Amino acid sequence: MGSEPGGCVLRPFSCELGLLGRPDGSATFLQGDTSVLAGLYGPAEVKVSKEMYDKATVEVLLKPKVGLPGVFEKNREQLIRKTCEAVILGTLHPRTSITIVLQVISDAGSLLACCLNAACMGLMDAGLPMKSLFCGVTCALDAAGAIILDPTAKQEKEVRAVLTFAISSVERRVLMSTTKGTCSVEELQRCIAAAQRAAGAIFQFYRDSVRRKYSKT
Amino acid sequence: MKETPLSNCERRFLLRAIEERKRLDGRQSYDYRNVRISFGADYGCCIVELGRTRVLGQVSCELVSPKLNRATEGVLFFNLELSQMAAPAFEPGRQSELLVKLNRLLERCLRNSKCIDTESLCVVAGVKVWQIRVDLHLLNHDGNIIDAASIAAIVALCHFRRPDVSVQGEEVTLYTPEERDPVPLSIHHMPICVSFAFFQQGTYLLVDPSEREERVMDGLLVIAMNKHREICTIQSSGGIMLLKDQVLRCSKITGVKVAEITELIQKALENDRKVRKEGGKFGFAESIPNQKISAFKMERAPVDTNDVEEQAEEIITKADPPSEVFAKPIVRTPGTAQIGEGMENSWGDLEESEREEEEEDNSDDAITSSGQKMETEEINVVSKTKKEDDTIILSDSEEEEVVILEPEEPRKKTRTLTNAKQENSSSKKTFNKKRKKKRATH
Repeated sequence: MGSEPGGCVLRPFSCELGLLGRPDGSATFLQGDTSVLAGLYGPAEVKVSKEMYDKATVEVLLKPKVGLPGVFEKNREQLIRKTCEAVILGTLHPRTSITIVLQVISDAGSLLACCLNAACMGLMDAGLPMKSLFCGVTCALDAAGAIILDPTAKQEKEVRAVLTFAISSVERRVLMSTTKGTCSVEELQRCIAAAQRAAGAIFQFYRDSVRRKYSKT
Repeated sequence: MKETPLSNCERRFLLRAIEERKRLDGRQSYDYRNVRISFGADYGCCIVELGRTRVLGQVSCELVSPKLNRATEGVLFFNLELSQMAAPAFEPGRQSELLVKLNRLLERCLRNSKCIDTESLCVVAGVKVWQIRVDLHLLNHDGNIIDAASIAAIVALCHFRRPDVSVQGEEVTLYTPEERDPVPLSIHHMPICVSFAFFQQGTYLLVDPSEREERVMDGLLVIAMNKHREICTIQSSGGIMLLKDQVLRCSKITGVKVAEITELIQKALENDRKVRKEGGKFGFAESIPNQKISAFKMERAPVDTNDVEEQAEEIITKADPPSEVFAKPIVRTPGTAQIGEGMENSWGDLEESEREEEEEDNSDDAITSSGQKMETEEINVVSKTKKEDDTIILSDSEEEEVVILEPEEPRKKTRTLTNAKQENSSSKKTFNKKRKKKRATH
């Protein structure tokens, strides 16, 4: 079920919207065998210590499947939070909190990208106002410099560098990027260009799934 | 977030409905909600849905040293987490009482009932045993967490496969899943919890309470039983006083329910085993039904990356060239290095006036009564010496400089301007020499 070696093929995507009854918005996003469940509460009551007078406080919690959350999860939470803050129109809901809880259901590569996608679909399901949609794409650079999109866990271990980008739906701008490993400036630009292409396919998937959900109304 | 309180009219409505033997979702008093079990791609991963209550279970194993007083037994570790997505009231600091109660009940149900053979988890007695860790995450809270959690735990344990180990004398070989098929755990029986909610001091009883019913109940009775009708755990909380025949009736109901649920679990495990053996698709992606309108699937999407190189080159040529980088460090002493020279000191004016004051204190009073011209000349000299000093300034802090005031000869008032200038410069020279000395010793 993984992607082809050295290919620019994204793994099969699936999603389900509004599957949990308690959260205001919920979505599960599957990329191949990697699966993340996002649950959203917002705009809701906020603790006075975290209150911001002019906009909403965005909080992201990433829960690993086994064990307690550690520094790795905290780092990912920061990245996802910055992306969401850039996109959510927080000034429409001052002195409230928007909490995004992400639960890792299974991890088979490209986890951060899957978390970003699940978060965006959850935000759509909750109906929170956003400037644009965003999606996550993971690129891997192997020893020869070839680009692998949406790598599996096995591929992520073998390659030279793994880059994850959050791409906005407006003009495919890069909202967030994080890299692991070494790559040259040209390779980085090539990866961004490839990620922007892949983002097109992912946004089409968002559109189709939301259209399907509201097709009976 | 604080829990939204239940309004009085809702409470009254629920209690009145229960008195008339009606439930909000149309079930009978002894009916269970639909149980749905789906498995993930890895062994030991499952999601159990009891109505809308959803629990994710994952089993993992690790080789550790055994407990000192149980040298030949493996270690079992259970952890139930109430995720913040399950209910807005489940904040990290807040749910400790409920969490402890549920965890303790789960432990008693699974560990103390000895449903898992811990002796079989021993690899080398006293040295290495398997630690089996069961992590349960509550994803959605719609009542009856303990039942869903116990089903998820036992299903995950039955589904799990641990790596195969062989011991030959002193040598222990641990095989990877590729070398040898992983081995299932040895499970004697499957204990499952069934909850009963009591209303109106034990008059009315409901099986599998939903979240609203839990809010208005008086007390809860949990019975954990296996399909051989052996009670593994029984717990009554809430302070309700039950009669003997009520408890017996509940245990009979439990027997029936557990038999049904166990059959369901066996069927689900069998289906999954068959699919894996035949090489079909398995995992959570397959458990999402195609017909659901809120679910959508997309097959592999090819992405056209043919002209990424051109696009990348375009961007790089359009971009500004990177700024020059001064990479040469100057090593002052071992462990102290300096990169770059920094910018010109923009505190210049303030510094000059400060130094002026210091020098005036040093010199005679007579000089301080001189006109502005001398002051400007002083400033020039100061700035010159400052430029020389710039290259060896190690810090900008004025406080670090220690200035020694040297007493000078009293000067006469009849001095000419030029003489005074010379005197000043000479005094300044001594003054500056001292400053240089001070700086060098830093």
